[in-house]
Amino acid sequence: MSTYSDLKYDHSFGSGVTGTGGLTKISSVTASSSATLSFTSGIDSTYKEYIFKFINIHPATNGEKFQVNFSVDSGSNYNVTKTTTYVNVFHYESGTSTEFAYKTARDLAQSTADQPILWGLVNDSDGSASGTLHLFDPSSTTFVKHFISRVQGMVDEPVSQESHVAGYGNTTSAINAVRFQMSSGNIDAGTIIMYGVS
Amino acid sequence: MSLKFANNNSLSAITSLPDSISGGAWTLLSTATADDSGTNLSFTSGIDSTYKEYIFKLINIHNATGNTGLLFNFSIDGGSNYNVTKTTTFFETHQKEDGTDTVLSYSTSRDLAQSTSDQKIGHDMGDGNDECLSGTLHLFDPSNTTFVKHFMSDCNNASHNDYSYRTFASGYGNTTSAINAITFVSSSGNIESGVIKLYGVS
Repeated sequence: MSTYSDLKYDHSFGSGVTGTGGLTKISSVTASSSATLSFTSGIDSTYKEYIFKFINIHPATNGEKFQVNFSVDSGSNYNVTKTTTYVNVFHYESGTSTEFAYKTARDLAQSTADQPILWGLVNDSDGSASGTLHLFDPSSTTFVKHFISRVQGMVDEPVSQESHVAGYGNTTSAINAVRFQMSSGNIDAGTIIMYGVS
Repeated sequence: MSLKFANNNSLSAITSLPDSISGGAWTLLSTATADDSGTNLSFTSGIDSTYKEYIFKLINIHNATGNTGLLFNFSIDGGSNYNVTKTTTFFETHQKEDGTDTVLSYSTSRDLAQSTSDQKIGHDMGDGNDECLSGTLHLFDPSNTTFVKHFMSDCNNASHNDYSYRTFASGYGNTTSAINAITFVSSSGNIESGVIKLYGVS
């Protein structure tokens, strides 16, 4: 018979057991002409890192920004003060222009405004954006709250564009909700999945 | 409550987890290992509507020929043709081992504009015994038949001229057909060794 230490250090499950890794799906939200996509539960001290995956975010209105903001009151207000950086890279489908630049008009300096994480998303029928946002230790009441995103999408012209955004919520209050929305108009379609990393 | 004991040093009789245990979200689907045979590293099964994101982990990719690159392409016909039209971006950072040269720049020679060519994700790779490339490629929702197919990569390689290159490629396969296969190739010569693992993210 196995001892306790056998079970702890020397075991393997049968072939039917999958999904014992460190990434746990917590919840997902799917847009259907939605003004906002929000996560108001599941963000707590359980995990030190939360990952949001964006799958084919499609705006109703052409050329708007896809944005994020945080809440310390479970979604009553999304207005956490943030200081951020924004790096943009694009390439026209026509091949006529490229960019790799820091964008001073897209970052925030101690602002409570929404943070754009992709700029100018196209609403063509096949246009969308996908990517990832990491939020670290949102429940800490000692430190600021770091986040890092990388989003790839089709923007108007059309252009293949990628944004690298990072910063921190400059608060020692626990962040317990996150909201995504367009700068104007609805999110017509798309899914956001939230994971916890244990 | 009755106690349950493992009857040997494994738990192989357990083939499913209780509902109360929320499992991880990464599932290893398959692994391709290079053997210097001239065969590209391709995945022609397992890429379908099961997952909204697929992740390829490239581990110690070592080309047989120095000063070569690592590239990939997509297929919509199960691997018969790897020729999906793509518009992409490519930027990199690098530093020479002696500290004399550092760069952060966009590379116009390594992006694509509505091209069916292979997309580079590493370049100037070395063929020295200890030189190789490792990194990650994300592919989002490949089976979608409404939207284009986004991807993004982040790789690092030890180059033939003693640089550390970190390379970021991203873009979209400009097709509304489902992507169902992918191939990884060296720009010249074989992939001598290395492993690529395909994961689905649920």
